[in-house]
Amino acid sequence: METIQTITRTFEFSEYISILEISYILASILFILGLKRLSHPDTARNGNLWAAAGMGLAILFTILFHKTKMEDGSFQGIHNIGWIVGALVIGSIIGWLIAMKVKMTAMPQMVSLFNGMGGACAALISMMEFPRMQNELADMQVATMMNGESLAILLGLMIGGVSFAGSMIAFGKLDERIGDVKSPALRYINISFLIILFVFVIFIMFKTPVAGENWMIYTLAALALIYGVTFVMPIGGADMPVVISLLNSFTGVAAAMGGFLYNNQAMLTGGILVGSSGTILTILMCKAMNRSLLNVIIGAFGGSSAAGPASGDKSVKEISMSDAAVLLSYSQKVLVVPGYGLAVAQAQHLCHELENLLATKGVELKYGIHPVAGRMPGHMNVLLAEADVAYEKLQEMEDSNNEMNNTDVVIVVGANDVVNPAAEEDPSSSIYGMPVIKVWDAKNTIIMKRSMAKGYAAIENNLFYMPKSRMLFGDAKATLQKLVSEIKNL
Amino acid sequence: MDEILKFFLEYREAIFIIILSIFLGIEVISHVPSVLHTPLMSGANAIHGVVIIGAIIVMGHADNVLSMILGFIAVILGTLNVVGGFVVTDRMLEMFKKKKKKQL
Repeated sequence: METIQTITRTFEFSEYISILEISYILASILFILGLKRLSHPDTARNGNLWAAAGMGLAILFTILFHKTKMEDGSFQGIHNIGWIVGALVIGSIIGWLIAMKVKMTAMPQMVSLFNGMGGACAALISMMEFPRMQNELADMQVATMMNGESLAILLGLMIGGVSFAGSMIAFGKLDERIGDVKSPALRYINISFLIILFVFVIFIMFKTPVAGENWMIYTLAALALIYGVTFVMPIGGADMPVVISLLNSFTGVAAAMGGFLYNNQAMLTGGILVGSSGTILTILMCKAMNRSLLNVIIGAFGGSSAAGPASGDKSVKEISMSDAAVLLSYSQKVLVVPGYGLAVAQAQHLCHELENLLATKGVELKYGIHPVAGRMPGHMNVLLAEADVAYEKLQEMEDSNNEMNNTDVVIVVGANDVVNPAAEEDPSSSIYGMPVIKVWDAKNTIIMKRSMAKGYAAIENNLFYMPKSRMLFGDAKATLQKLVSEIKNL
Repeated sequence: MDEILKFFLEYREAIFIIILSIFLGIEVISHVPSVLHTPLMSGANAIHGVVIIGAIIVMGHADNVLSMILGFIAVILGTLNVVGGFVVTDRMLEMFKKKKKKQL
């Protein structure tokens, strides 16, 4: 290792460091291009591979060429390579197995789970680096811990911890292991916690470093974890995609803090890139639901079950299986509007079967896809694609609405809030203003539903009481199965 | 005040990268169709797994049992994020590819 002094700067030089930095530049370029390609349908899969290649490159070259400057000024490569490779292999096998075995319906919670892992990783790094840094500062006998490194460490721990705890709760909610806790008090608890977190970070920065005194870092970790839980707890299940996207960008920022700490450009660009694009993505998702981010975070959905006109003694009309079969067979245009119920019942293959069956009778069946149907944007597209439904059969919401007057029958399969007329008609409703599929404009509407339970927004749906609406109660899969065999027997 | 000014000078390169990356991140994905929101989120999720490099560095100079254990866990968690993230994204996008073929 030699020190080079030019007119402008002094820096350490070795071939290894140069090679490592070049690999980081390549990795950053691959991340950027990967992300760019991920945002176009034709190149998306390819883009994912590019980003993965960048990641592999950065990991490999870090293990091979990274040098840490030790206290005595010497440079040392990565130690414990056996352990590191062991951990990489274990993590890869577990990650691969989980990711390959998970059902398509469970994808959202998987994203949340992996996001949490990244957050925990960032938090652990900070927890290891803090004692080391504090010992060094104590040796230097500085008055406070006021510097960029400690700020990066503390923020990395705070954001990583919140992201980890929040993601785990989001995972639990989507997996239906944890219910929503809604209480107005939580709002104030959350804000107080957030303030306490920041005050505590500032408190640590102003403290005089004492070697071996590490209680603050554990306290900060505990506070961050608690805040992560209380932050996600009141947010309704339907808003989880937005929350996961937000936590995703948090983890990006936590990773960038690590990059700042180690002066590591790959971590810095990768982390910030995800942080900013994740934030924009979060806002785009909110826009698709016509809601503000603040509205989502405060958890304005739910708790407002009084909203909407009182349903009183309105009654719904059921349709018999054979009537439904006849109605469908003698229609010309049928539209299926899928929702989360379709995903839960795994009924996408039966939808496709129904589509093929009706095609033999000259009935045209299409799918009306609401942008936020299911638990994630694009959820329905993925599910139906899995069942080999042709791309051109999937209709965007606007196209479906334009053709609604000419549609003979709409079949609503496990969707609720995305076909709720209250979004158009009732300004007092919590979903007022959200674009919906106007299934009530069709000539007939058949609604497949497990029960009269409310959707995720927890509001009444007047569609069920409309004169043209008919209910088919039961599990989506079983109902579709019966319907298909009924049509076959006609 | 002096502290803050010094801070900016000391870390000006990192601050530059951060600011430019923020704009880049916004620009790169601003025209994404809503169908791709989920895969894009998942792909970005895998990219922030780059935090694993930090875990490797920490592990690389760990010298006591506690930091060895924590580092080991951190590397495993980071790998889960990276590998799981990319594989899940690929599986999602595989679905999109299938229907592309059909169109041709």
